Amino acid sequence: MIHPIPFTLLAAVAVAAALGMLTSRNAVHSALYLVLNFMTVAVLYLVLNAPFIAMVQITVYAGAIVVLFLFVIMLLGADLLRGVTDEVRGSERYHRYLAVLLALVLLGVFGYLLLQNNFGGTTLSPTIDASPQALGITLFQDYLFPFEVTGVLLLASIIGVVIFGHTRKRGKENA
Amino acid sequence: MPSAVDINWYIALSGILFVIGALGVLLRRNAIILFMSIELMLNSANLLFVAFARHLGELEGQVLVFFVITVAAAEVAVGLALIVAIFRSKKSINIDEINLLKG
Repeated sequence: MIHPIPFTLLAAVAVAAALGMLTSRNAVHSALYLVLNFMTVAVLYLVLNAPFIAMVQITVYAGAIVVLFLFVIMLLGADLLRGVTDEVRGSERYHRYLAVLLALVLLGVFGYLLLQNNFGGTTLSPTIDASPQALGITLFQDYLFPFEVTGVLLLASIIGVVIFGHTRKRGKENA
Repeated sequence: MPSAVDINWYIALSGILFVIGALGVLLRRNAIILFMSIELMLNSANLLFVAFARHLGELEGQVLVFFVITVAAAEVAVGLALIVAIFRSKKSINIDEINLLKG
């Protein structure tokens, strides 16, 4: 397993990137921080004996999904998005403090559970074969039906996106 | 300092990333940033899946991550299409101004 010092460095980068995404005023910067976070987690996947998942993480998450985010940001106009302030109406101002409080409570519950239960155990399982070949055999033998259902899900989302994206005709009629 | 990183370290990191994602959903008003925060939370759950797969010596956790990534991709595609459609009709993606079921 990985030594604590490189793990702490990687974890610090991941948390800093997540905080950067959270606090960045510019949506493009947020998307780039998200890429950094995904890349760091991909390195952790490599450490955790999951090379295929690490590569999928980089191509699908850091590649496809974030590029989709950037496309939409550019499509709507990054300057326009900068006008989206996080100011809430006066009567709801306390919501911000309530949100931070709730997040701290959630973190406290996580920490409490982690301290109460030692998930670590004493023995570490031996490294198993997690090559794309072994993963594919598991996927297509034991999880074939969920895999097929995933195809239906993707089809449904494609149809949904096409329908949502095709509203221009109705807009012309209204105009 | 302990000599090796065990599963507890990964649980802690995953919990911190999840809380940051939840905080993003609660604090930010920009719908796109909201979606990014949801991705962050899904990603922290994936990290936990892979960490436990390594800890237990099973491959099933990694297969499940594969499915989660697929669902996340589909969800982002539909969600961003919704955001674009909402922006066309309301000229805003501030979630405080999206409070009507009628377009």
